[in-house]
Amino acid sequence: MTATPAARPRDIRPSIAVEDVTVRYSNGVTAVEGASFALGPGTICALVGVNGSGKSTLFKSLMGFVRPAAGHIAIAGLEVRQALKRGLVAYVPQAEEVDWNFPVLVEDVVMMGRYGHMGLLRIPRQADRDTVGEALARVNMLPFRHRQIGELSGGQRKRVFLARALAQGGQVILLDEPFTGVDVKTEDQIVALMRELRAEGRLMLVSTHNLGSIPEFCDQVVIINRTVLAAGPTATTFTPANLQRAFGGALRHIQLGGAALHADADTRQLTVISDDERPLVLYGEEDGKALAGEDAPLDRQDARR
Amino acid sequence: MIDLLLEPFAYEYMQRAIWVSALVGGVCAFLSCYLMLKGWSLMGDALAHAIVPGVALAYLIKLPYAAGAFLSGLFAALAMALVRVRTQLREDVVIGIVFTTFFAVGLLVVSINPTSVNVQSIVLGNILGIAPEDVVQVAIIAGVSLLILLARWKDLMLVFFDENQARTVGLDPVRLKILFFVLLSACTVAALQTVGACLVIAMVVTPGATAYLLTDRFGRLIALAVTMGVSTSAIGAYLSYFLDGSTGGLIVVFQTLLFLLAFVFAPKHGRLAAARAARRPLPEATP
Repeated sequence: MTATPAARPRDIRPSIAVEDVTVRYSNGVTAVEGASFALGPGTICALVGVNGSGKSTLFKSLMGFVRPAAGHIAIAGLEVRQALKRGLVAYVPQAEEVDWNFPVLVEDVVMMGRYGHMGLLRIPRQADRDTVGEALARVNMLPFRHRQIGELSGGQRKRVFLARALAQGGQVILLDEPFTGVDVKTEDQIVALMRELRAEGRLMLVSTHNLGSIPEFCDQVVIINRTVLAAGPTATTFTPANLQRAFGGALRHIQLGGAALHADADTRQLTVISDDERPLVLYGEEDGKALAGEDAPLDRQDARR
Repeated sequence: MIDLLLEPFAYEYMQRAIWVSALVGGVCAFLSCYLMLKGWSLMGDALAHAIVPGVALAYLIKLPYAAGAFLSGLFAALAMALVRVRTQLREDVVIGIVFTTFFAVGLLVVSINPTSVNVQSIVLGNILGIAPEDVVQVAIIAGVSLLILLARWKDLMLVFFDENQARTVGLDPVRLKILFFVLLSACTVAALQTVGACLVIAMVVTPGATAYLLTDRFGRLIALAVTMGVSTSAIGAYLSYFLDGSTGGLIVVFQTLLFLLAFVFAPKHGRLAAARAARRPLPEATP
């Protein structure tokens, strides 16, 4: 394998192909049914849906924890198991999944990304140490490498796990709620890093409730509720109509227009859609179509909380 | 004076007791590093009590005691899994019911056949009187476990820390967890001989807990825990010659003393360090 996290094995073209996938748990609950979407290299894709819509099930099947009852998943053209064996899939966990009291230092955690590149006894070589250092430097966490992980702030913790994904050399990176409990500055840093990784040709799938920031950095969106309701480029897929289908009543939807907003006969409307995190704010002629065309009169603002 | 101090080493049974105790103490301490991090400490206790009937029956029908212990530990684990899946009861309740049941059956077997096995040696351990063929069993169990742990400690650490990551680097968490519990059962069986069923729990919890207060690195945690496990066990066995007291009791008292020392004096996580930090006017800002 290559020594630098940035380099990519030549024959690998990161992609995810989910075809008609159904996941059923042993208690008989069908978590996902007939889900299909496809993503290619150099992509940041948002995975959007209410809690319990099957987002985590989808992540689990991409990481091979659950086997689909029907359908097929391919990562970089390989079976999930093969892709995992080659270290192609990296995972950035939610903060709640991690035991922050575990006696490991920042650099130990990042080194865990290198295990797949080491021998049976997991003895790191100089190349592994260098890769860990580079990955930490890239997320600006090098000065913290000897801290115990629980001593870090929320944003720093996220960056450590991103560094682990980098050190692993993952070409397909799954991020589970990367912006939860993170301040705006860190969110911007993470987004900037993700853009760099996209420029390197990597594929990132991000599950998030931060609807407002999705159009900023995601070029693809998969909207899910037990099945894939819509998938495609953000501009055409991430519409209030699709979101309404996915979230139904679970979404706060505020619309202002006419006399409430304008003193004249302006027909433009202000639409605020929120999943209790950073809301999506739209301003334009008609809420559903406003996002669709580049030439539509559209002003999007960020309402940061 | 020197002669008196060296006296235990003149006896073969004392030499044996010291090195067997040290070996078992070391492996149990190794396992304790993992067990205490997962909130599974009581599993060690449950296993230790659950294997008693197996040991009693094995002595009764002249099988190697390790085989009986292992089978009965397996049955206990299955019973716990069954009760848990079939009822809504909490884990501690299930453990409590199953291990006391097994322990009771064990005591019953022993009391019905008092000649076959000494109940005291199961419950309290009897390393000073360990039979040579039992020494071989204990040494093989502990030695093999130690080798496996030395080879796989990093993989086990990853599984205990982050199962998802373990999978993404190609490990099988379920298989490694099963491996861990097999090792734990095996070492519980071995520790039965040194400290007895009642005190096994201390051997597989205390050294790791003490080391946890002393370091933030897993590798050092293991090194510290194993050092403490080996030294307390060897010293406990050695001193039991003079005090004519329970070896298990001594070992565990020493382990607890070390824990108390760490609890008060540990450089970063001890009470004194915490008090010092609280006295400081402004805590060090984290950039």
